Amino acid sequence: MAPPSSRRSSQSRRAQYGIFTGYVIAGIGALVGAVLLGLSLWKPGIASSPRAAANDIIAPAGETTARARTESQGLIESIRGYLRAGSQNAELKREMELARIRLQEAEALQHENRRLKALLDLQESERKPVAVARLIGSTASSTRRFAYLGAGRTDGVAAGMPVRSPRGVVGRVLEVGQTSSRILLLGDSQSVLPVRLADGNAVAFAEGRGDGLLRIRLINLGINPLEVGDVVVTSGAGGYYAPGIAVAVISEVTMDGGLGRIIADPAATDYVAVEPVFQPEAVAGAGTPIEESVVE
Amino acid sequence: MDRIDHRSRRDAYGRRINRDHSSALAYSVPWISILLASLIPVFAIASAVPFVPPFGLMMLIAWRLVRPGLLPIWAGFPLGMVDDLFSGQPFGSAIFLWSVVMLAIEVIEARFPWRNFVQDWFIAANILTVYLVLAALLSGGMIGLASLAALGPQLLLSLLLMPIISRMVARLDRFRLLRIRIIG
Repeated sequence: MAPPSSRRSSQSRRAQYGIFTGYVIAGIGALVGAVLLGLSLWKPGIASSPRAAANDIIAPAGETTARARTESQGLIESIRGYLRAGSQNAELKREMELARIRLQEAEALQHENRRLKALLDLQESERKPVAVARLIGSTASSTRRFAYLGAGRTDGVAAGMPVRSPRGVVGRVLEVGQTSSRILLLGDSQSVLPVRLADGNAVAFAEGRGDGLLRIRLINLGINPLEVGDVVVTSGAGGYYAPGIAVAVISEVTMDGGLGRIIADPAATDYVAVEPVFQPEAVAGAGTPIEESVVE
Repeated sequence: MDRIDHRSRRDAYGRRINRDHSSALAYSVPWISILLASLIPVFAIASAVPFVPPFGLMMLIAWRLVRPGLLPIWAGFPLGMVDDLFSGQPFGSAIFLWSVVMLAIEVIEARFPWRNFVQDWFIAANILTVYLVLAALLSGGMIGLASLAALGPQLLLSLLLMPIISRMVARLDRFRLLRIRIIG
């Protein structure tokens, strides 16, 4: 369709001024946007309070869709289970035979067992979570990886608290509203997490790459102790996360570390627990400038 | 024997006798539909990579191309501001980019006033490609080759969904002009 020729309005001065004003406002809008963008890149927390308020408004809708999503996933899975009962049976039998063969490889299995046991052991924490809530939304169209949680200040959630699912670390609370909060997921490119090997003492940083994988960067360079299939867990350094929560499985070994697949994939997560900051003193200490002492 | 004046019969926009378009409906539908489209990505599953198209921007482009002159040229500013509250981008990113998109379409329209479906799709595809890459670069994260490559599926999905969104906007446009106001 051809546009109405709004640019050449008429002889009317008023209409011409109106169009001109529109262009001026649009130009100013773009400029203001660029300035705001620069400001919020410089100080990311600048718009946190309107954002938190806006997310509080849509939190109930998010809660509903999250519930519908998990329920529909469950329904689809059970229907699929019925449909595939026969082929599944055959497949299971085949797998059973394979498993019998594998049983002979006792040593490797035992080693695996030990590692998994260590992982499970470490996961059993006695720390009481601050809140348990659903992930009600995410920034699914932006490159940044944030998720929204259906618990906020009224539930005792505060910025900096670690968030975990039954499988492992999900992320860290970034901004808190009254009834919802924003979480920085592990996969975000601004997320850095101190980790160590579950069955060794190699220490590393796990950085998000923005494509669903974590880059595991070893602190001590030398012989790379990582192998595909190794599990890395939180090391407790930094004071935010309790040590020993599962983070990622190494899927590729590189020169300075490896690439890890996140264990607690937020897409497969329903309920998550917000835990208190592991050692608030350590976090406060890290935030204090070197000139001031932490203890009076 | 034509007993009834054909201009008094009902048409696609509803009854004519005693009814008229509602200006509140006619002007609010584009804005509300774009605002709601901005919210859709929030409710999608929390995935490891971005894959949901930027529905708010696609709705804005579709309204602008399907119905030129309906949205004022500065519409990118307020609509982008709301999108920024939910999108996870740093505040100001959509305000800036959406305003620029509106100005860019204005320039393109001055150059090519008569366009067909494919040309409109091509314009939208170019805008979406540039927008997704720029939004990634301005997102405040460390953008490497891996995260740019992760944009591929999202971009492809956006381009394929664009004609469908345009269709939806055309349907919304008919809804917008329903005669629901009772006169007299």
